Amino acid sequence: MSLANKYPKEVKQILAKYPPEYKRSAVMPLLYLAQREEGYITKDAMQDIADTLEISVTDVGAIVGFYTLYHDKKEGKYRMQVCTDLPCALRGADQFMESLCANLGIKVGETTADGLITLEAVTCLAACDRAPMFQVQSGDGLQYYEDMTVDKTMELIAAIKEIGKEVK
Amino acid sequence: MSHILLRHREIPDISNLNVYKKNGGFEVFKKAVTKMKPSEVTDTVKASGLRGRGGAGFPTGVKWSFIDNKIWPHYVVANADESEPGTFKDREIMESNPLQFLEGVAIASYAVGAKSAYVYLRGEFWQIAKSMDEKIAEMEEAGYLGEKLFGTDYSLHIYTHLGAGAYICGEETAMLESIEGKRGQPRIRPPFPAVYGLYGKPTVVNNVETLTNLPMILANGADWYKSLGTPDSAGVKIFSLSGRVRKPGNYELPFGTTFRQLIYEHGGGVQDGRPVKAIMPAGASSSFIVADDKALDTQMDYASVRTLGADLGSASVIVIDDIVSIDWIINKTIHFFKHESCGKCTPCREGTYWMMHLIDRIPESGYSKADVDLLLNVAHQMQNKCLCPLGEFSTMAVATGIERFPQDFKKQ
Repeated sequence: MSLANKYPKEVKQILAKYPPEYKRSAVMPLLYLAQREEGYITKDAMQDIADTLEISVTDVGAIVGFYTLYHDKKEGKYRMQVCTDLPCALRGADQFMESLCANLGIKVGETTADGLITLEAVTCLAACDRAPMFQVQSGDGLQYYEDMTVDKTMELIAAIKEIGKEVK
Repeated sequence: MSHILLRHREIPDISNLNVYKKNGGFEVFKKAVTKMKPSEVTDTVKASGLRGRGGAGFPTGVKWSFIDNKIWPHYVVANADESEPGTFKDREIMESNPLQFLEGVAIASYAVGAKSAYVYLRGEFWQIAKSMDEKIAEMEEAGYLGEKLFGTDYSLHIYTHLGAGAYICGEETAMLESIEGKRGQPRIRPPFPAVYGLYGKPTVVNNVETLTNLPMILANGADWYKSLGTPDSAGVKIFSLSGRVRKPGNYELPFGTTFRQLIYEHGGGVQDGRPVKAIMPAGASSSFIVADDKALDTQMDYASVRTLGADLGSASVIVIDDIVSIDWIINKTIHFFKHESCGKCTPCREGTYWMMHLIDRIPESGYSKADVDLLLNVAHQMQNKCLCPLGEFSTMAVATGIERFPQDFKKQ
């Protein structure tokens, strides 16, 4: 089912932001919309967006590949993206990340066995004064968690797993 | 002194439209549209000495006056991509004082005759974009945005555009490409955006903090603004203080405040009472400042910081104490720039790749002098050859780190 059929109101709102002769501008917001349900963008969705905007599917794929918040394969439902960049690292982000890996039993870039959480290391998230911190990306949304400890994070993960069970 | 930009610290609910209005909100935008010519607005901003807060420090009013009046329509783009490691000031403005920022966008748009403005937010600011869309809708409802404003012929719409994780999109031409639905890769300049910008039309790109100054400058006058700060750098600046300090955070202070005042009076000093070893005044893009007494007592303004062989940039001050080794710091910055290089120009794409392999190998190889020399050589070869500032920035910490802290690149 095409995005225009599934989310007619959102697609209309997105296209209205840009001059009609430059509708290619809508590719980024439409990709977020395509990512909303599954957390990644399928080949069919890319083709659908290409058709809507009258550009090639290669052009759409090039956008997906360039920007780090778009994903083209299924991984964890929740992407836990820990900032390990310089300012956060000066406040213990590397040690925080190591502890998270040990607690979850996975390495950076891997997904927990239940398919719920993918642990990722990312660059600066503009929260340098509140390290250690991470964002959780899920669907087309993001949530910041700042001034975190390993204990607080494991509590959050336990809560996510509870929700995960209910959904299943 | 009360805040000029971070006004929510005195007026906590200033993001509410009625509270903002009660505190003088939108009065100067209305006055500009109904009583001033666009050129008068530009002249006031020129006279105020306001310089771009994104890092380059270019005079804002002068930038506006470059816009080509033979080609229409014009666009304003607000740079809300804030991605420099160590910078988190625009985020606080947009979260807590968004209407003053949006009024600034509106004033800039009127000054250059733009009827459409885009706010380009980094993808991670998803929640901020959502609440900004609501604020924009409230402003339309209240008659501060939309068609024929205040009974004049001037119309203005503001739209948000969300990026998706790419530091390079903070570079203004990469940002324009991104809004156009392309990969965020910088354009060759000239032509500059003032002539050939968004959709090939004259465009002004200004940083969030720059724009947030505008309502206060118009309300209080250019002379008032100039009376703050130093002759070279007028007004106030938000210093994002991070690293090994006790109280990291945003501090809005007049230009000319010293590093020592920022770190010790405002930031509470260094963790565990250790001495400051080095300062990076402009985030990961910085040159290193050796933190001796002379440096600590240097005023933070564009000209004074330059006397220390560094740039103030976006004033994201990262404090490094004496337990941290500089080779570890540049390992972090090189990995950052390698990850964020857009791949368009060869010196940056290849240079960051080779710098990364060298800095990873240097501790493993027992700090071989040949490797350290080679790393410095690669950095120097990249300088002045990259298409955009990202490539140049990637070399600053490398070159000044090795040159100013040679002991950290020798076997311990």
